Amino acid sequence: MTAGCNAGRALPVMLPLPEALRRPAAPPPIRLSLSHGIALAGFVMLTALAADAAGVAAPRAGVLAVLVRWSPLLLRGFGFNILISFMSMAIGTIVGAFLGLGLVSLRRAVRTIAWALTQFFRNAPWLVLLFFMIYMLPFQIQIGPVSLSLPDWVKAVIGLALPVMANVSEIVRGGVQSIHPGQWEAAESLGFTRTQQLWQIVLPQCVKRMIPPWMNLYAILTMATTLASIVGVNEIVTLASQVQAAEGGRTDLLAPLYGYVLLLFFIYSYPIARLTQRLERRYAVRI
Amino acid sequence: MSRGFDPPTGWTQDQPLVAIDDVHKAFGEVEVLKGIGFDVCKGEVACIIGPSGAGKSTLIRCVNALVPFQKGSIKVLGIEVNDPHLDKLRLRKHVGMVFQQYNLFPHRTALQNVMMAPILVLKRPRTEVEAEAYALLKKVRLEGKEKAYPGEMSGGQQQRVAIARSLAMHPDLMLFDEVTAALDPETVKEVLLAIRQLAEEGMTCILVTHEMSFAREVASHIYFTDRGVIVEHGPPAEFFSAPRDARTRAFLSQIL
Repeated sequence: MTAGCNAGRALPVMLPLPEALRRPAAPPPIRLSLSHGIALAGFVMLTALAADAAGVAAPRAGVLAVLVRWSPLLLRGFGFNILISFMSMAIGTIVGAFLGLGLVSLRRAVRTIAWALTQFFRNAPWLVLLFFMIYMLPFQIQIGPVSLSLPDWVKAVIGLALPVMANVSEIVRGGVQSIHPGQWEAAESLGFTRTQQLWQIVLPQCVKRMIPPWMNLYAILTMATTLASIVGVNEIVTLASQVQAAEGGRTDLLAPLYGYVLLLFFIYSYPIARLTQRLERRYAVRI
Repeated sequence: MSRGFDPPTGWTQDQPLVAIDDVHKAFGEVEVLKGIGFDVCKGEVACIIGPSGAGKSTLIRCVNALVPFQKGSIKVLGIEVNDPHLDKLRLRKHVGMVFQQYNLFPHRTALQNVMMAPILVLKRPRTEVEAEAYALLKKVRLEGKEKAYPGEMSGGQQQRVAIARSLAMHPDLMLFDEVTAALDPETVKEVLLAIRQLAEEGMTCILVTHEMSFAREVASHIYFTDRGVIVEHGPPAEFFSAPRDARTRAFLSQIL
């Protein structure tokens, strides 16, 4: 082959890869979208209408009218769910952050204790931890002259904070270990103390990376607050079953009523999920 | 020395600034240093060369106590590094180190990278440190890049910030661990220029390098290591023109 015969033509290596050789693109992950919420709202409406249509013979209030009538109570219950989630998240994050730092400690004893606590509370079923706290914590504690009563919802907050703590601990450990060891070495060779290395160099770089998994955890916790209904806290699921009982145990209320509860959770969680996705995308690129 | 020692180490100007003696280092079963020793006097530039896996980087990391070693002694300004009660901060105030991967702090600007250690470690006043940091960045020809983040700079620029960052601690000894190995060929030159300038100012340096022509120009002494021992050493002119050992000759013929 002479040099001339290829002149003016693209060399084979520069041609785009044939379709057959290209690696198939991964299908895009399924993400929570607004349409899911609309479908949920549609479900509530449909079941409500269906229930009304089936019950024309008996004189009773329309399902939607029932939902509207009880909405203030249900919303108050939902507010309680959010309060529980906030407090559990706050306690779990603070304690979990220290536990996570314990996991990367240079002292073996500290590491071992932190590891044991993290593993225990991360792998225990949330409901079991909740029951444990409800029944093991006294309903009143005496601190000197002050006696502090512990209502069930406070115990639920503590019970839910435990698994949050363990998960935050793992998030912190993962974040710290995602930082290149060269960062520690550079800081160390400049004379930084271990504490300075951690707080000035490593943590500022990894806190951003920890935010998306932390928000994911919050979304999971929000769902889990309904577990408190089993131990008798007046949150939304407890109230929903009370509403159904107050309406004479009408079975046609079940689907729209709990659909309504689901819808409330969707409305609350959706913006959080979207924000998490945005942050994940933003922080994924910068390594 | 500009700074006094507290407590004094008994080191005087006529002694070697770094005295490495019979250093043994093993990672588990694998022995990477098998009795290495040499002295570096004040103002000297010692170049360590050799094939990869020879233990060059390990040796240089032993000098500022980034990795512990099992046997032997390294004295920097009279401070014994192989001492379980070593005050590492005290050692590191005298020893600067520059890494192959720059290891700049990506969340801080070039200027902040240079300023952090003097402020946080030496507790010096911010205004004074800032003025000095500007001067240091100017010295490594990075004027105007003070506010740039590491991610916005080329590898060569980042490496020069790393050099300025080490110099801000006023070290008596600089360690360079293959600092040009990760760089594009065109940016290698400007980094080498910065190192040469330091050497000419009388900074004591130990550098691990694969840049033979550079080693030949700046080194006071060349140490060729292979499999954990020093095979051959000598002043660069002698070392490169008349290598005695077969392994040295084989290595040089591959590289040059």
